[in-house]
Amino acid sequence: MQRIGVFVCWCGSNIAATVDVQRVADAVRSEPGVVFSVDYQYMCSQAGQSMIVDAVKEHQLTGLVICSCSPRMHESTFRKTAQLAGINPYMVEIANIREQCSWVHKDIFIGTQKAITLAKAAIAKVNLNTPLTSGESKVTKRALVIGGGIAGIQSALDIADAGFPVDLVEKEATIGGKMAQLDKTFPTLDCAACILTPKMVDVAQHENIRIISHAQVEEVGGFVGNFHVKIRKKARFVDESICTGCGLCTEKCPQKKVPNAFNLNMDHHRAIYIPFAQAVPKVAIIDPDYCSMLKNGKCGVCAKVCSVGAIDYQQKDEIIEEDYGAIVTATGYNPISLEKYDEYAYSLSKDVITSLEFERLTNAAGPTQGHLIRPSDGKQPHTIVFVQCVGSRCAANAEKGKEYCSKICCMYTAKHAMLVRDKYPDTEVYVFYIDVRTPGKSFDEFYRRAVEEYGVHYIKGMVGKVIPEGNTLKVQASDLLMNKQLHIDADLVVLAAAIEPDRSARPLATMLTASMDTNDFFTEAHPKLRPVESPTAGIFLSGTCQGPKDIPETVSQASAAAAKVIGLLCKNTLKGNPCVAVSDEMMCNGCSSCANVCPYGAITYESKEFRMPDRTTRMRRVAKVNPAVCQGCGCCTVACPSGAMDLDGFKNQQIMAEVDAICK
Amino acid sequence: MEKNDIQNTVKEIIRISGVNPKKCIKCGKCSGTCPAYDEMEYHPHQFVSMVDMGDIEPLLESPSIFKCLSCMACVDRCPRGVEPAKLIEAIRSVKQRMQGSNHMKPDDIPALLDEELPQQAIVSALRKYMK
Amino acid sequence: MKVSYFPGCTLKTKAKQLDDYARSCAEVLGIKMEEIPNWQCCGGVFNTSSDEIATKLSAVRALSYAEKQGQPLISVCSACHNVLKQTNHAMQTDAVFASRVNHYITQPGQAAAQAYMGNTQVYHYLELLRDIIGFDRIRDAVKKPLTGKKIGAYYGCLMLRPSSTMKMDDAENPRIMEDFIRAIGAEPVIYAMRNECCGGYVTMEDPALSQKKSTAILRNAEANGADFLITACPLCKYNLDKNGNIPVVYFTELLARALGIVEA
Repeated sequence: MQRIGVFVCWCGSNIAATVDVQRVADAVRSEPGVVFSVDYQYMCSQAGQSMIVDAVKEHQLTGLVICSCSPRMHESTFRKTAQLAGINPYMVEIANIREQCSWVHKDIFIGTQKAITLAKAAIAKVNLNTPLTSGESKVTKRALVIGGGIAGIQSALDIADAGFPVDLVEKEATIGGKMAQLDKTFPTLDCAACILTPKMVDVAQHENIRIISHAQVEEVGGFVGNFHVKIRKKARFVDESICTGCGLCTEKCPQKKVPNAFNLNMDHHRAIYIPFAQAVPKVAIIDPDYCSMLKNGKCGVCAKVCSVGAIDYQQKDEIIEEDYGAIVTATGYNPISLEKYDEYAYSLSKDVITSLEFERLTNAAGPTQGHLIRPSDGKQPHTIVFVQCVGSRCAANAEKGKEYCSKICCMYTAKHAMLVRDKYPDTEVYVFYIDVRTPGKSFDEFYRRAVEEYGVHYIKGMVGKVIPEGNTLKVQASDLLMNKQLHIDADLVVLAAAIEPDRSARPLATMLTASMDTNDFFTEAHPKLRPVESPTAGIFLSGTCQGPKDIPETVSQASAAAAKVIGLLCKNTLKGNPCVAVSDEMMCNGCSSCANVCPYGAITYESKEFRMPDRTTRMRRVAKVNPAVCQGCGCCTVACPSGAMDLDGFKNQQIMAEVDAICK
Repeated sequence: MEKNDIQNTVKEIIRISGVNPKKCIKCGKCSGTCPAYDEMEYHPHQFVSMVDMGDIEPLLESPSIFKCLSCMACVDRCPRGVEPAKLIEAIRSVKQRMQGSNHMKPDDIPALLDEELPQQAIVSALRKYMK
Repeated sequence: MKVSYFPGCTLKTKAKQLDDYARSCAEVLGIKMEEIPNWQCCGGVFNTSSDEIATKLSAVRALSYAEKQGQPLISVCSACHNVLKQTNHAMQTDAVFASRVNHYITQPGQAAAQAYMGNTQVYHYLELLRDIIGFDRIRDAVKKPLTGKKIGAYYGCLMLRPSSTMKMDDAENPRIMEDFIRAIGAEPVIYAMRNECCGGYVTMEDPALSQKKSTAILRNAEANGADFLITACPLCKYNLDKNGNIPVVYFTELLARALGIVEA
């Protein structure tokens, strides 16, 4: 028989306001096994934990029930307390009387009733708990970073600097990501390339970093400390180890009409190309959709001009398999498609562009060498209208747009407006805004400079319609403060399109069994206290794949994620979760139901010799669980037709006891 | 109107329009897109804010409620799904249901006709301007 | 195939061509348009107030008739179409409204036989061409293609909005009329004002407003190179005709020309 202590937490007024904690402590005192019960303001505090330790000693407790917040919050805290008091940490059960009780009820009578019921269920379970011991697994001291934008670059550099090998997988032909496409960066206006490209070079030269570009993750197996990953490195038809990046092939290739994705299709490159001058790796790549050699076997100019013989038309995709201890996702973002926003005439006029297209148009390395000209006729615009919040801050059930604020648009638009007025002072610049949001160091000062020093017209209101007519874009908008409808003849309209997670994030999350929110941003383990970790152990989040953020925030988060990875890789072994499935060989009939449902591939089969009642022996096929791989999800226990499969810590018997306690 | 009357009328307007003015983020896109803006004394975004604040008497007395073209551009383009035109329609309905509040009378019509005017215009105007 | 047809007031009077060509073209394309007996005027506009019942009854009667025939309900006029589709949507989604309406239109003890159950599918004639006949089949049936003609589609507001109910096309960049223009062999001119309001019924008391709106539409169409415009709405045609020089014709007339039913 257990000797159980029940500890009811007030959580200040969080629980105590809607649950009569004293009544809960009194009500459970006569439950089977309970020898002690008490309530206290903050059980998780130092004083609260000491109270538990003292009670264990004084009453010779063998099991603990803590009625408090969700086990996601403090289960590990109280398990440590138990260990400190000298009992097995798995002899602790949490009754969640906060998130699942006090926070959802208003009536103190109902709240108290429910809290008592939840406490009784936990007591019933502890009565059947047995001490469990964690197994240990080794940690592979190598990290995988997925995504080679500024987030992935920073994470990779920090982990590599700590002495661990890092593989950096990038789906494009070069690392650099969105930041490589930007012109200047707010709020200091240093040029993006000037601060990014040295970091790209650092990555390329780092002895601990291997860049796997033009590649994608195809399969992820294993678990924290021991991930096994398959990466498809797509054929680029150029031998990366030989190509010197001289660029001669990219000048001689006769196919000149390939849309230049790096310049957002505003100009063209050849069928063999280097994405941009500072690309890393600086190696050419052939676009097989345009190369006539690859399409119909005619041409071969690039191979002829290449002095080192790097062109390889026969190159095939390569599969790289590697083990990693930790994985960092840094898959980044894209502006949303503006297809459904034709009230702004995006698909009707070339002179209606997105903010990212504007970055390329003002970038000295862009399609216009930094001359701000209209894409339609190459003329310099004299009136420019910027529209904020295009597709951001929409209703949750809206047919188009995102519900969240994209966070970066206010600042980059202020930057764009300022740059235009600086370079072309005779240009009239209008910015239509709903709110100007500038929380951040030196951000509001930056925006005010755009208005006060550079004379940008900030108008509180929205553009309702853009009408291309002749050479102008007729912009119809509201000015809410003037209470007027404005009609502006603009030469260029720039739309601050909402940003969304890259499309590759969703399938990647599935492979990683990492959770995502409804917008396809990765979810963090805790929104405040564990912001760079996924709830899935060993997966860390870096940059905009977790939520919209600017460069300084991205870099801080990337370094934070790296710190977490380093902390993990420093360990030689990891303690596993002892709550794993176990199969009773005597009852198992080897039907494979469990292996079919196991999402982690933790179940295998073996043939084993069994003695039969008539003293003969027989070979039988039985299931075997690899405790290092099992995550304790319990799918197999419900799939098993014979009841052979059970889950330590959550045995069928324990769960039934909880249900019985609730139904009593 | 008495305070009580106003409160009840606001409730009525919200009920029959199905519009929740609280959803508005005051971006002004409705008024940016409105084709009858210059003809209106109160503009679409003001209708939403004024109903929200219970300030409906000026709206009920304003010719603006008969200037809305019901073209639904504001309804379609509002990022929050507020549907200002439906709110304006509800205020117009409430107004016209009051005694002697018809904006147009059948006797007015002959003077407004021309040779080409389609019947559709007459029936639509009757629906919009009369009980 | 047989369909129920709701012509509407203006198609019986000022816009007779719109009606005649619609019927004769449908016949050539294998569709029999059966005019609903004793149809009543739809009222031209749909009042969005949810407690407005009486003004929507004529539309429900038409929907109910088509339901009893087991036929889709077709209209050509944008205004009729808007009223029919919005009323149908209200009947399908607002149970209180539907029950009140059915109390109006049924006699005691006859509810089961007479009530409208919300099963009728409402099509604009253009949707009939796109979704039931198919523009490919129309292209094949064209005898005199309007090659070389640059035509601007004028949608106006009623056909597309509110888009969540009308669901006819992308309300900001529609293509159904452009695809129709291509099907009859002409070249569509795409201009931004094609889904903006012409001033509508306000022309009755404020012709200056509709003049302003119509002029802006015509100017934008002309600037983009349209030789003439097509429309499905008699009121749009009236407002545009009155305020500009670009010819505005009903789309059914062009279809009739292309199919060789009528000489240009």
